[in-house]
Amino acid sequence: MAETAAASKNVKFIITRQDDPQSAPYTEEFNLPYRPGMNVISALMEIQRNPVNAKGEATVPVCWESNCLEEVCGACSMVINGKPRQACAALIDNLEQPIRVEPMSTFPVVRDLIIDRTRMFNALKKVKAWIPIDGTYDLGPGPRMAEKKRQWAYELSKCMTCGVCLEACPNVNAKTDFIGPAAISQVRLFNAHPTGEMNADERLEALMTDGGIEGCGNSQNCVRACPKGIPLTTSIAEINKQTTKHMFKRWLGM
Amino acid sequence: MRGFYSRKIHSLLGVIPLAFFFIEHMLTNFSAVEKGADGFKDSVLWLNSLPLVFFLELLFIWLPLMYHGVYGLYIAYQSKPNLNRYNLERNWRYTLQRVSGIVTFVFIIWHLYETRVQVALGNVTHEELGGVMHEIVPQPLWLAFYIVGIVAACFHFANGLWSFLVSWGITIGPRSQRVSSYICMGLFVLVTFMFLLSLVTFRDSEFKTAEAIAEAVNTVIQVRE
Ligand code: HEM
Ligand code: SF4
Ligand code: FES
Repeated sequence: MAETAAASKNVKFIITRQDDPQSAPYTEEFNLPYRPGMNVISALMEIQRNPVNAKGEATVPVCWESNCLEEVCGACSMVINGKPRQACAALIDNLEQPIRVEPMSTFPVVRDLIIDRTRMFNALKKVKAWIPIDGTYDLGPGPRMAEKKRQWAYELSKCMTCGVCLEACPNVNAKTDFIGPAAISQVRLFNAHPTGEMNADERLEALMTDGGIEGCGNSQNCVRACPKGIPLTTSIAEINKQTTKHMFKRWLGM
Repeated sequence: MRGFYSRKIHSLLGVIPLAFFFIEHMLTNFSAVEKGADGFKDSVLWLNSLPLVFFLELLFIWLPLMYHGVYGLYIAYQSKPNLNRYNLERNWRYTLQRVSGIVTFVFIIWHLYETRVQVALGNVTHEELGGVMHEIVPQPLWLAFYIVGIVAACFHFANGLWSFLVSWGITIGPRSQRVSSYICMGLFVLVTFMFLLSLVTFRDSEFKTAEAIAEAVNTVIQVRE
């Protein structure tokens, strides 16, 4: 791994490309000079500077998306050596060569490694992953949150809607409309908030519509794949409990 | 909205009544091991002496099995297994839950055809079912078919209980889900053992082998106590 890269001073990439949303994907290989500390994004930047493939032919630079470059925005998520993850945090020294880079195919491909994650944001809208505080008059300060609760809730708030957990889930695919783990965990976050709690039922009811929480099949890949270490399966089981309770309450007319 | 409720019903029926019936079936079969041919016959007769047995069977076995089975096939069809990417224990169990559901579906249809349907057609009586099994089991291919079907059904039952506890929000944290994993996988081994022991018992009309094994197990349990 690391030794081969250092010895040959060359890094080999096999990148899955696609010219536009409708066209067929194809692969292109690149050989790049090794530099200490390089990661997949810096390699893509190198291709942008000098767009020549492994055969020595001039080619169109590979398109990708990135912003923060420190694994907090989620924009650079792609499948690297078979695993969905953030390219900016994928150090070449830790990767087996040749390095295979593909777009996350759970989402529509816009071009090359750029995908359209709109469904992630639509999911947050669907479950109302916010706390409504706007009104025509000052509502005053809300109830305080216990420090202990704040600490675990903070862990849930680290989600960057990167989409890795959806890519890892065997129940998120073209045959289902399952909303995926991220939005379910956000419902747990906002339902735990002392002010957000006041709208808890609305979020639960959103998850009880088609494509909601019933889509989970307990493979539990999501919790192992999440780069932020969010306890997704605990969130899902907790929301299973909340929706089940809500179902009984509604039946009893409470 | 419909999806949520239909899925909850699927999950509930998996346990009530199907898992309970599964245990009942295991105990009936095991009476063959414990009490021999007559014991098995008595257990079958006791079951069939229940009042309104036709409605009980329809309401607590046929309809739930059809709903859970057909919907289960659809759930399995919707899944896109990814063990190649995530070679993890829970992902294996997720995948095997679907595979074992499909195997169980085929197995149950055949098993019912050989037993319950033949009774309904008047070709055999309830009392003769032990004999029917006695003729099936010595044939190597059918024995293999039964073993695969039984192991699949036992896994599906035990792992289904694990997943039921998650789906209803009973086991929430990683610790409770780990403990229930151990319990459910222990149950898988136990239930498989008891069904297979009954199966080999049907092979021997004198029930000698299985009785000996049952005695050996009893002795071990007594020694440990
Ligand atoms: C007839 C063929 C059957 C098929 C095709 C089938 C299929 C399935 C599938 C695909 C699941 C996974 C659902 C999920 O994880 O979301 C499942 C769950 C389950 N099945 Fe079956 N099944 C069958 C028979 C049975 C039988 C006979 C039993 C009882 C012993 C049973 C008990 C369960 C239980 C307890 C669950 C867990 C429910 C949950 O996770 O919410 N199934 N079944
Ligand atoms: S829960 Fe984790 S894997 Fe899923 S979108 Fe949020 S950060 Fe990404
Ligand atoms: S660029 Fe923001 S996570 Fe990689």
